[in-house]
Amino acid sequence: MSNVLYDEPGPKARRRAAIGTVVAAVILLGLTGLAVWRLADRGQFDSELWSPLINPSDDNFVLVWRLLAKGLQATLTAAVLAISLSLVIGTLLGVARMMLGRAGRIPVVAVIELFRGLPVIISIFYVYILVRSTGIDISFLPGSDGLWFLVIGLTLYNSVIIAEIVRAGVNSLPRGQSEAALAVGMTRWKSMKNVELPQAFRTMLPALISQLVVILKDTSLVAVLGLYTELLRRGNLISLNLDNPIQVLFVVGLIFIVINYALSKLAEYVERRLSTRGQSTGVRLNAGAAAA
Amino acid sequence: MDAVFNNMDLFWSGFLRSLGICLWGMVGSLILGTFIAACRVSPIPSLRWFGTSWVTLVRNCPLTVVLFFMAFGLPEIGINQSYYVFGVSALVIYTSAFVCEAIRSGINSVSAGQAEAARSIGLTFSQSLTQVVMPQAFRSIVPPLGSVIIAMFKNSAVVGAFGVGGDLWSVYKNLTSAQGYDGLPVITGVAVGYLCITLPAAAFLAYTERKVAIAR
Repeated sequence: MSNVLYDEPGPKARRRAAIGTVVAAVILLGLTGLAVWRLADRGQFDSELWSPLINPSDDNFVLVWRLLAKGLQATLTAAVLAISLSLVIGTLLGVARMMLGRAGRIPVVAVIELFRGLPVIISIFYVYILVRSTGIDISFLPGSDGLWFLVIGLTLYNSVIIAEIVRAGVNSLPRGQSEAALAVGMTRWKSMKNVELPQAFRTMLPALISQLVVILKDTSLVAVLGLYTELLRRGNLISLNLDNPIQVLFVVGLIFIVINYALSKLAEYVERRLSTRGQSTGVRLNAGAAAA
Repeated sequence: MDAVFNNMDLFWSGFLRSLGICLWGMVGSLILGTFIAACRVSPIPSLRWFGTSWVTLVRNCPLTVVLFFMAFGLPEIGINQSYYVFGVSALVIYTSAFVCEAIRSGINSVSAGQAEAARSIGLTFSQSLTQVVMPQAFRSIVPPLGSVIIAMFKNSAVVGAFGVGGDLWSVYKNLTSAQGYDGLPVITGVAVGYLCITLPAAAFLAYTERKVAIAR
C-alpha cells in the first residue's frame, strides 16, 4: 500500500512490518489479557452479574430488557423530535441569514454564534431552570416535561448547526442556479424556495444524517442532570438495582455504538451515491461539528 | 443579577477550575489523539487495526457513557480515583478519536506526489516527514482540529455537571442550594462563564484559520 507517508514496501520493509505486526499484536493482546484478567479476578464475569442481560431463563431478563427497550424508545423519541424541530428552525435561520440585509442579519448571526458556543448540557439545564423559575406551563405538550427540556435544549444547539449546514449547502451550488432562476423572472425568495433549497437539501443529506448521530449521543446528556429517563439513565437505574454497572453500561454502550455506526455508514453510503451522480459531494461543516 | 455580582470571586475560582478541566483535556487528548493517528497511518497492520477500532468504538459512543463507565464501572475492579481524574480521563479518551481523525484527514490531504518527489531527491523518511509532508498537512489539520478542541471545551461542561467540585457547576449548586439564590441568574452566570471560554477560542481559531489558509 503506497501513500503519502511511505512507498510500496520492498523485501526489507515487508520483513520489518511483519516483525512490527507481531510485536504490536503481542503488546495489544497482552493489554487485553491484563484487562480480562483484572475483570475475572474481581468476579466481573460471574454469571449472576451477566445473566439478567444474556440469559433468557433468568427471572429479571424480561423485565431488564423491557426497561432497556423503554429507555431506547425514550432516546429515539427525543432524537427524532429534536432533529425534526432543528431542521425546521435551522432552515428558517439559515435562509434568514442569507436573505436578510446587512442590518437584519446581525441578530441572526448573534443567535447562531451564541447557541453554537454554549455547551448543550447548559442549554438543556437552562431551559429547565427557565421553565421552573418563570413558571411557564409546558404541560400542554405531549410527553413528560423532562422530554421537552431535553428536546428544546437539543433544538437550540442543533438548529444553529443545521442553519450553517443549510448555508454551506446553498453556497456550494453553482452561481448559475440562482442566476438562471432570477433570469427567468423568479424573485430571490422563489429562487431560494424552488431552485436552491431543494438542491441544497440533497447535498446536505449526509451531513444531516451525521447530525442525527450527534443528537442521539447528546440525548444521553440528561442522564447526568437526571431530568428524563432515556437509555443511559434507565441503564444506570437498572445497574443500581442489580449492582452490575460494568455489565449494564457495556450493553448500553453497545446499543449506542451499533445504532450510531449504522447511521454513519448510511451517511457514507448516501454521500457516495450522491457524488457518483455528478452532483457536488455532500457538505460537511467540519470534523468538529460531529464532535459536539 | 446580584447573585452573580455579589459572588464574583466564587465565579472566578469556579471559572479557573473549569478552564483547568479544558486545558488538561486539551493536552491529554492531543497526546493520545496523535498517538492513535500515528497508529492509524502506520505501515503495521495490527496497529492500523487498533487505531481504526478505537476510533469506531469511541466516536459512536456518547461521552456520558464513557464517563459513567469510568466513574461507576472502574471502582468495581478496584480502580478508585477522584471524579476529577475520571472526568478528565473520559474527556481525553472521547476527544482523542476526533483528534485522530482530524490529524489523519490532514495527512491524507497531502498528495502522494509530494512525498514521492521528496523521496526521489533523496530525502530520508524523517526528512520528508518534517520538511515536506507535515508543514503541508499542518495547514489542513488546523481548522478541523480547532473545531474538535472547541467541541471538547464545550464537552467539559458535561464533566463539570457530573460533579468534580470547585468548578462553575459547583458554584451553581453552592449558590442555589446552600445560599438559596434563585436559579436563573446563577445559571446565566455559569453559561456566560462557559461562553467566555468558547467564544474567544472560536475567534482565535477563525484568526488562525485565515493565517494558515492555503489555496490548493
